Amino acid sequence: MTSFILMKLFRAAVTLAVTVTLVFMFIRFSGDPAAALAPPDAPQEVIDQYARAMGLDKPLWQQYAAYVSGIFQGDFGYSIHTGRAASDLFLERLPYTLRLGGAALLIAILAGVPLGAIAALNRKTILDRSVMAFSVFAFAMPNFLFGLIVILVGALVFNTYLGGASGAGSALGVLPPALTLGLAAMGSFARFARSSLLETINMPFMRAAEARGVPFMRRLARHAAPNAAIPLVTLIGLSLGSLIAGSVVTEQVFAWPGVGQLLVRSVATRDIATVQFIVLAVAFTMVFANLAVDLLYLLIDPRIRAK
Amino acid sequence: MPVAIKLSLCFIGVFVVFALVGPMLSPFEFRDTSLFHRLKPPLTAGAEGNYLLGTDAKGRDLLVRLAVGARITLIVAVVGTLIGAVLGSLLGILAAARRGSAEAVIVAAIDVQASLPIIIVALFVLAMFDNSFALFLLLIGLTGWEVYARLMRGATLSAKEHGYVIAIRALGAPPWRIYLKHILPNIVNVALVQFTVNLPLTVLLETALSFLGLGVQPPLTSLGQIMSEGRDRLLTSWWLTLFPGATIFLLALSVSLVGDWLRDRLDPTLRTES
Repeated sequence: MTSFILMKLFRAAVTLAVTVTLVFMFIRFSGDPAAALAPPDAPQEVIDQYARAMGLDKPLWQQYAAYVSGIFQGDFGYSIHTGRAASDLFLERLPYTLRLGGAALLIAILAGVPLGAIAALNRKTILDRSVMAFSVFAFAMPNFLFGLIVILVGALVFNTYLGGASGAGSALGVLPPALTLGLAAMGSFARFARSSLLETINMPFMRAAEARGVPFMRRLARHAAPNAAIPLVTLIGLSLGSLIAGSVVTEQVFAWPGVGQLLVRSVATRDIATVQFIVLAVAFTMVFANLAVDLLYLLIDPRIRAK
Repeated sequence: MPVAIKLSLCFIGVFVVFALVGPMLSPFEFRDTSLFHRLKPPLTAGAEGNYLLGTDAKGRDLLVRLAVGARITLIVAVVGTLIGAVLGSLLGILAAARRGSAEAVIVAAIDVQASLPIIIVALFVLAMFDNSFALFLLLIGLTGWEVYARLMRGATLSAKEHGYVIAIRALGAPPWRIYLKHILPNIVNVALVQFTVNLPLTVLLETALSFLGLGVQPPLTSLGQIMSEGRDRLLTSWWLTLFPGATIFLLALSVSLVGDWLRDRLDPTLRTES
């Protein structure tokens, strides 16, 4: 078990190291940052001066070492447009994205898992079919289209604008974008919960419990649910990636002042330091989330611990 | 064949035909602007022809723009998915074939890609390089390559242990022959199944990036880009959002329905009890 944990930690460390290195190389080789910063008609001496100030005249490995030590000291560079630290820009947006993503995940789990369970328990009925149809619909629905529909419904039916600062300011304002962001995950949770529960209720131990006269609800809650829930932990970990990806688009549609909006704006204005910081933050989040899922597995599934 | 699959295949067929011959259905070019015919609703008669699906803010015919956009979306989806499938599969087979340091590098690359959603990678690259159609196609092509690589590596590793591979190796076949002519045909189903899963994802990624204004650039157009142009006029010019939006949704829906159905046919081990 220790070697399993060490192996996971090692792979996570390698992944992060490779990501940081790739990001550095991409930025370094994509063009001359000094020339990009200087005015277009600047003489060569000015560009050289910029380059010296930014340490670009040093050998590549020294630049890399400075870059890595900067990361360890929390220095990720400054936004060329606002002159503020990229990390500050990120941190002031982060609460909004966490609120949006957390609400979306919650909606997806709270609605998706029961839907899947209902479908599994009513197999081959109209209920089952409807849940499966919903899951395909949720997967194929582009979140920018669904978001626009939500905004349209809000405007026509409730006479309010569901996006922007007004939404981000109030407690319930998170619901429309969170529903939009969580829709796809809700569909896949429903589908997954259904197949996971179907698999579990056909297990021999379930029949044994039935033979012993364990009541239906107790069989479901105490025997089936814990076993069926194990693969769901992985799915929740995996859905983090699609939630992050989806939040970029959803925040744009709802003018939600989160990290995704900052990312799109920074890409459009070529604010490399900010883009770089967000990319690294996403990579770190994903790697740690996957690590957490792996370790959680150890906690909840004794079979893995025994291996 | 279920009715839903028949309908989906019909829609995919109509979409492909529309993408190919659609521009001929309209008397206009997709870049023709007309200041006299700005934001006209569908079924408007113009001086030089009729605007069946209305016009956009620059007076361009929506029908011909939809057809051109559908064509670009189709090209990007198919070519992009192919790039990912070929690249990922070859890397996966290579990792399983060579083992050692080549495998370690490929597995590390898979881990890195798995820790970064493709839209984040695409945005990172687009922040630094000028957006060109070729670069965009390549970025879309990276969608899901790591899934193919992981699947094909696993499939190759298990195929390597089969008797027929040992026999061919004993006969003295060179490695490329073993892997490409004997193992590949046996495991290609795995990649085909993944292809059908990935295709709707590429459609959604392309349209999402174009919707953000960071995908297909004008003067070219795509379904996502047309939608983003219409989104500020949601209440007044609904046709600008409705037609491309419905097309994207129905396309992703049909492709994933057909994909699910094909997966059940191609891979009996995945057949779900439903």
